[in-house]
Amino acid sequence: MNGILRHKGWSWGFRSTVMLYFIVLIALPIIGVYTKSFSLGWSAFADSVSDPLAWKSILLTLKLSLIATAINILIGTMIAWVLNRYKFIGRTFLNSLVDLPFALPTAVGGLMILLLLGPNSWVGNLAAQLGLQIVFHEPAIVIAMVFVTFPFVIRAIQPLLEELDKSEEEAAYLLGASKFHVFRRVILPSILPGVLSGAMLAFSRALAEFGAVVLVAGNIPGKTLIASVYIFGEVESDNPQGAAAVSILLLSLSFLILWLVNWVQMRRHAK
Amino acid sequence: MRRILIALTYLVFIVLLIIPLFKIGTGAWQEGLDGLIHAITRPEAVHALMMTAWIVVVVTMLNTIFGVMLAMYLVRGTWMGSRLKQFLNSIVDLPFAVSPVIGGLMIVLILGPSTTIGAFFESIGFKIVYAFPGMVLATLFVTFPLMVREVMPVLQEVGTQQEEAASTLGAYGWTTFWKVTWPLIRFGVIYGVVLTIARSLGEFGAVLVVSGNVMNKTQTATTLVYQDVENFNVVSANGVALVLAVFSVLLLLFMEWAKRRRGVH
Repeated sequence: MNGILRHKGWSWGFRSTVMLYFIVLIALPIIGVYTKSFSLGWSAFADSVSDPLAWKSILLTLKLSLIATAINILIGTMIAWVLNRYKFIGRTFLNSLVDLPFALPTAVGGLMILLLLGPNSWVGNLAAQLGLQIVFHEPAIVIAMVFVTFPFVIRAIQPLLEELDKSEEEAAYLLGASKFHVFRRVILPSILPGVLSGAMLAFSRALAEFGAVVLVAGNIPGKTLIASVYIFGEVESDNPQGAAAVSILLLSLSFLILWLVNWVQMRRHAK
Repeated sequence: MRRILIALTYLVFIVLLIIPLFKIGTGAWQEGLDGLIHAITRPEAVHALMMTAWIVVVVTMLNTIFGVMLAMYLVRGTWMGSRLKQFLNSIVDLPFAVSPVIGGLMIVLILGPSTTIGAFFESIGFKIVYAFPGMVLATLFVTFPLMVREVMPVLQEVGTQQEEAASTLGAYGWTTFWKVTWPLIRFGVIYGVVLTIARSLGEFGAVLVVSGNVMNKTQTATTLVYQDVENFNVVSANGVALVLAVFSVLLLLFMEWAKRRRGVH
């Protein structure tokens, strides 16, 4: 067995197979989308993208993702802090629970939100009496996005908090700094790279989210139709070129974010 | 301050994670045990769950083999230049940035029935899009970075010294891998497998686009949940969702257990 496996041809074959798999699975499809969106020329691309419904869906996605990311930065930073710094009952349990949104199918996540806040639920009825509309409106989309991207910020900050040198904080306290001051001047600067990269990952995930949102959004064109659902609709109505055109806008944005995350992390390692 | 923060943390967890999870559990029982059993044992539900199971098995196997190998090449491979390595390394993450719907669309665009490649395969009787192979491809695309990203840091951390020692002592490539490298990267691979299973179990957007969501043919558990909700059949959707949720929670628990075990060793 070893004699055969040692043969040069084997390792060459393995390498080529793995590389081919890699290129065919990852690179080819992405090139395919870019070429498809320009397959009918520039004007067709411009037409697809400047369709008001397409535009509105992209802007809506951007707006809601930004809101969801902002919420995540706030609660994520707080939770990471509490889980790392305070000892209390149920801490390990909560810490394991953080990853639940990653483990749970997004469609199940959407269904949970629909059940909790939907028209026949307790919260839904209460909100309706107060004149608030949650499900099939923007708030539900934001909630779905927050749910799906929940672990990113927390998991990005936690290692940094663990690394943080306590003596720096203590020195600041000794020098008479207030708690708020210490947080702003000592802790925040050192966890900021984590907050940023976590937030960017959460943002790009929120932009791309489909499963959880499609169930709760109602998908009314021009009102609660987000970009990924719009793309899905275009595919269903047999307009792959239009779907590809909107896709590459979203894709380019996500690639930019991914590149930025890598850049931030590289800078951190370089220090 | 401390108390307020802890209370707030609990509040977020309870509202955002615990109550919804609880709701899935109770929602499936809305029509009693009979309703739940009916929801899960409907022919379309059984078929969808089986379909998901098959996808999980095939995808996890392929992704593990290719992921571990690619990670080894990207960390250890001396045969490619460092420029090429850097470039490949940066495109590993691309599927994370791609919306699942777009991932599915890509496969339809390249292998769909109206394309050259798709037409060729169709003419020899091998359907890719709107069939099982396409769904596996879509899931492979989405899960691709998980294994590579789990194994690469472990490989970087353990270094090459032990392997070199094994080689010097006369062990061949294959023996070195099984006896030296594998025990070192084992936990990284296990995490990768768990993440891959969780992701392929729950994949929705990409599979929905590629499969066409034909009941009893190309429907997976998640797309069945979607269809049930669209048909206002919420109790049935809950039943299937409960099965999926139970699996995810089990995976999460297994992951925690593995982490703890790794901490002990």
